[in-house]
Amino acid sequence: MLNFRGCKEKGVKTVFLITASMSILVVAMIFLFLGKEGLSIFKEVPLSSVWVDKWYPVSFRKPQFGIIPLLAGSLLVTAIAIIFAVPLAVGTAIYIAEIAKPMEREFLKPFIEVLAGIPSVVNGFLGMVILSPLVKKVFSLSTGLNALTGGLMLGIMAVPTIISISEDAIRNVPQSYKQASLALGASFLQTTFKVTVPAALSGIIASVMLGIGRVIGETMTVMMVTGNAAIIPHSAFDSVRTMTATIAAEMGEVPFGSTHYHALFLVGFILLSITFLINYIAQKVLHKYRLGE
Amino acid sequence: MKSKIWNLFFSALAIAVLTGGCQKPAEKAGGQQEGYITIKGSDTMVHLVTAWVERYMQKKPGVDISVTGGGSGTGIAAMINGSTQIAMSSRDFKAEELKLVKDKGITPIPHTTALDGISVIVNPATTIDELTMEQLRRIFNGTITNWKEVGGPDQPIAILSRESNSGTYVYFQEEVLKKDDYAATARLIPSSAAIIQAAEQDQGVIGYVGIAYAESGKVKTLKVKKTAGEPGVVPTLENIKSGAYPISRPLYLFTNGQPTGESKNFIDFVFSPEGQAIAREVGYIPVK
Repeated sequence: MLNFRGCKEKGVKTVFLITASMSILVVAMIFLFLGKEGLSIFKEVPLSSVWVDKWYPVSFRKPQFGIIPLLAGSLLVTAIAIIFAVPLAVGTAIYIAEIAKPMEREFLKPFIEVLAGIPSVVNGFLGMVILSPLVKKVFSLSTGLNALTGGLMLGIMAVPTIISISEDAIRNVPQSYKQASLALGASFLQTTFKVTVPAALSGIIASVMLGIGRVIGETMTVMMVTGNAAIIPHSAFDSVRTMTATIAAEMGEVPFGSTHYHALFLVGFILLSITFLINYIAQKVLHKYRLGE
Repeated sequence: MKSKIWNLFFSALAIAVLTGGCQKPAEKAGGQQEGYITIKGSDTMVHLVTAWVERYMQKKPGVDISVTGGGSGTGIAAMINGSTQIAMSSRDFKAEELKLVKDKGITPIPHTTALDGISVIVNPATTIDELTMEQLRRIFNGTITNWKEVGGPDQPIAILSRESNSGTYVYFQEEVLKKDDYAATARLIPSSAAIIQAAEQDQGVIGYVGIAYAESGKVKTLKVKKTAGEPGVVPTLENIKSGAYPISRPLYLFTNGQPTGESKNFIDFVFSPEGQAIAREVGYIPVK
């Protein structure tokens, strides 16, 4: 009987070990696969031909696979999204963690969770029919399909991620800090902005990093509202083509094993490396803050 | 002792799963031959082919046909991979695709089921009524960037194009741009409906869609002149059939080899007077 139990224990442990290491294995395999498919483009074209500002994958003249416009597009949209989302989300987090009454909190939190759960195609649709005409009107542009619309839509999508992690961080600031500050005669506002928020700063930064990770990988929404022109944007009102939208739009068409196919994998590999790096930094920052607790 | 029994049990389970896993796909492939057809490809044709399929399935209950879009290239790729019996495409196979097809032992046979005209559309507020083919080429390749260069007001031109997985994109590039590259500033829009949507709202835009789509929206369709001297032609059924309207193309259904069984019945239906009448109803030009 005991022997059986020991066996079972071991078996269960092994099963969980396998499931736990599965995600590591999957990430490693994806990296290997993307890297292999993507980097083999350099067998066909030199590195310099990928670092140009023209993305013309389908051309009767000369196909060109310059990733600069795609990289610039993704970065611009992400920057706009974060500039828009951070004040909104951090403000909300401070309110929920410090100011809101328990009842208000109970009321607000489900809505934020719903916001996180909206499918990106629905966001894209809303962006296309509501936000894009609005942006066009407000800035009197010829069309509302541009980086700004994409950035605003993505900002809305990043907000829930940033709120929930920032709120955790603010809430985890030890009560004694606040009490000390209040005891020294600081007002509530002073305590919040001079003591609580700085103490939670690394958590907030981590939440922003994770928000960036969420935004840079978003596909459907940006594909629907940014106009997808592969140019290096000069302003937020230019159309941009992000890396994600490029892969989504072109992967279905591309002949297997062609240069275009490898180019798309290269774009995917770069995208994965960026998100990986961002998440890694976020985890580092988060870890540091937890240790300091 | 117990652990041995468990080992036996697990290995038996493993064998059952493995052999079971082997049998299933074989069964499925066999089942597909009967009354189940998949058709994949051109977004332009989804409308039309769905109309055919609906009528055909009414007439022949028990036959199950699924139609999916995704673009001509997607359909052709599916045919190459063997994941569809019929591919719908608004363009012919490219040279590199034909090479792939040969390697896999597939012989795609085109069936020209109808003709499609491509309308050049602009925002309803645009004062321009007609453009020549050469002007269109220069607008879409980025040489002309302002409406005043073609006799309109001083307003920048915003180009709307389909994504590069679209058969319409490739066709327009070949026939109108004369194989030039599109201007880099062209906005690539994922669907025809979204192009209509954008053209309804935004000033100064120019785009292209199949004529059936152009009729569905509040957009202005331009007349097209083959050369500067000739009169502008409206893309109507008659003008496309007679060849007076310059931007039109065949819509293909591709089968692997000559169609047999249910695929053959379906394609026969498409070419029947009833099938061709449906093409006309939906907004395309019948070939028979």
